Amino acid sequence: MEVDYSGEIMTLNMGPQHPSTHGVLRLELKTDGEVVHEAIPHIGYLHRCFEKHAENVEYPGVVPFADRMDYVAAMNNELGYVLAVEKLMGIQVNDRVRYLRIIMAELNRIASHLLAAGTYGLDMGSWTPFLHCFRDRETILDLFEETCGARLLYNYNWIGGLMHDVLPGFEKRVIDFLDRFEPLVQDLNRLLSYNYIFIKRTANVGILTPETAISFGVTGPNLRGSGVAFDVRRDEPYLGYDEFDFEVVVGKGEFGPVGSCFDRYMVRIREVLESCKIIRQAVARLKPGDVHESIPKRIKPPAGEVYMRTECPRGELGFYIVSDGSTKPYRVKVKSPCFTAMSAFKEISRGAMIADIVAIVGSLDIVLGEIDR
Amino acid sequence: MKPEEIVSRLKERFGDRILESKPDALSPWTVVDPAAIVEIASFLRDDEALAMDHLELLGGVDYKDRIEVVYVLYSMKHRHRHTLKCRLPRDNPRIATVESIWRVADWHEREAYDMFGIVFEGHSDLRRILCPDDWEGYPLRKDYKFPTSYRGMPV
Repeated sequence: MEVDYSGEIMTLNMGPQHPSTHGVLRLELKTDGEVVHEAIPHIGYLHRCFEKHAENVEYPGVVPFADRMDYVAAMNNELGYVLAVEKLMGIQVNDRVRYLRIIMAELNRIASHLLAAGTYGLDMGSWTPFLHCFRDRETILDLFEETCGARLLYNYNWIGGLMHDVLPGFEKRVIDFLDRFEPLVQDLNRLLSYNYIFIKRTANVGILTPETAISFGVTGPNLRGSGVAFDVRRDEPYLGYDEFDFEVVVGKGEFGPVGSCFDRYMVRIREVLESCKIIRQAVARLKPGDVHESIPKRIKPPAGEVYMRTECPRGELGFYIVSDGSTKPYRVKVKSPCFTAMSAFKEISRGAMIADIVAIVGSLDIVLGEIDR
Repeated sequence: MKPEEIVSRLKERFGDRILESKPDALSPWTVVDPAAIVEIASFLRDDEALAMDHLELLGGVDYKDRIEVVYVLYSMKHRHRHTLKCRLPRDNPRIATVESIWRVADWHEREAYDMFGIVFEGHSDLRRILCPDDWEGYPLRKDYKFPTSYRGMPV
């Protein structure tokens, strides 16, 4: 006698209000018991019409809006926009601006990766690493606060320069932080990364193969987690990143196939140390200079269009800007790294358990503000 | 490959279906015939010398007299980039989907449909993505009128 063991498919809505979806994301799960046949992401709950706003304000006015896309890594977001406009206008900034931008972007990357690792630990059921990560992130936010008055949404990078110079002693405080912080990464590894339960929860889950990753346009740590050594900072350098000595970290598949949740997580932890290396080198090169030197009086780029991408903590952030020669952008289109990572979600979550869905979403490190813009 | 070489390779293969190009622009671009987009896109991805396997960005631009679909392509292998553009009529913008060539186009095309009303023929799941399903109009068109109410509620 033939028995059909395939159960009834049940639809389960996860989100939009769910602590593990990292924002307002709704996942429509088609489940058969504990197994997820299909997970369909529904986005748009945080859509704030960034692109429409950008068409209605002048070029410098877009910077605060760019901050609000990926609010965890605002410094990197505004940097991408500012560099795109500078490329359009042909502005060259001096070395002090360049190095300060790099220091800020890398500090922000550390803060963002710490938040990603901490909340990922939380998703996997461990509370202590979260507190460790937030303790160190706090120091970085203090450094930002003393520089530009804001802890989350900075408006610090301006077109052609910076809002203002750093306070005296900033360099020392940055180096002090790094000296204290670098050994603590080992603590985090002992506490979370090489925790037996954590490895069991992540190492064989959510495999993203390199081919799928490229076809889905996945970038940043998620792509590198799949073993593809591609980093915009090294392969298409901007701001003179090519002067610095750092390594492009890739997933090694230590505890299972390459491209698992563990690899994506581990790439972020290792990248934090690479960012520390970059900051040390940039601080050593920092020389006095005027950060307002090349800020144009009137920002009116010539008619034309430009595409510029930068390496954000979550992947490549691209800005496609069309200018009609006026003081307002004609069109700003953002290529959001989380948007493309989320589009691959359906593919990598097929056949996973419901509990693994949490592991996969967390490992992609999405920020809904940037997906929905 | 240099932008000039990419353009000449495309011209060599597709002749008069390459309508206009500007290889010396800040971000070099080529305007192609919308009817041939799938063919050109497959060639760009599969040709050994071009190997543009990464669709970085797909989006619409409303130029008031036409709507353009912009494809920013990049090759992970050769590390070069090129922008393709297709010009569509504003009253009925329709173009074939490139979902089967780069899978990331799935969501990008949904977004372009949502914001500009560009219909991607053959798309597997062409729904609104950022706006609610019952939203009226296409917000990023230049003549978009902001609604004064939503489902009878004044905003």
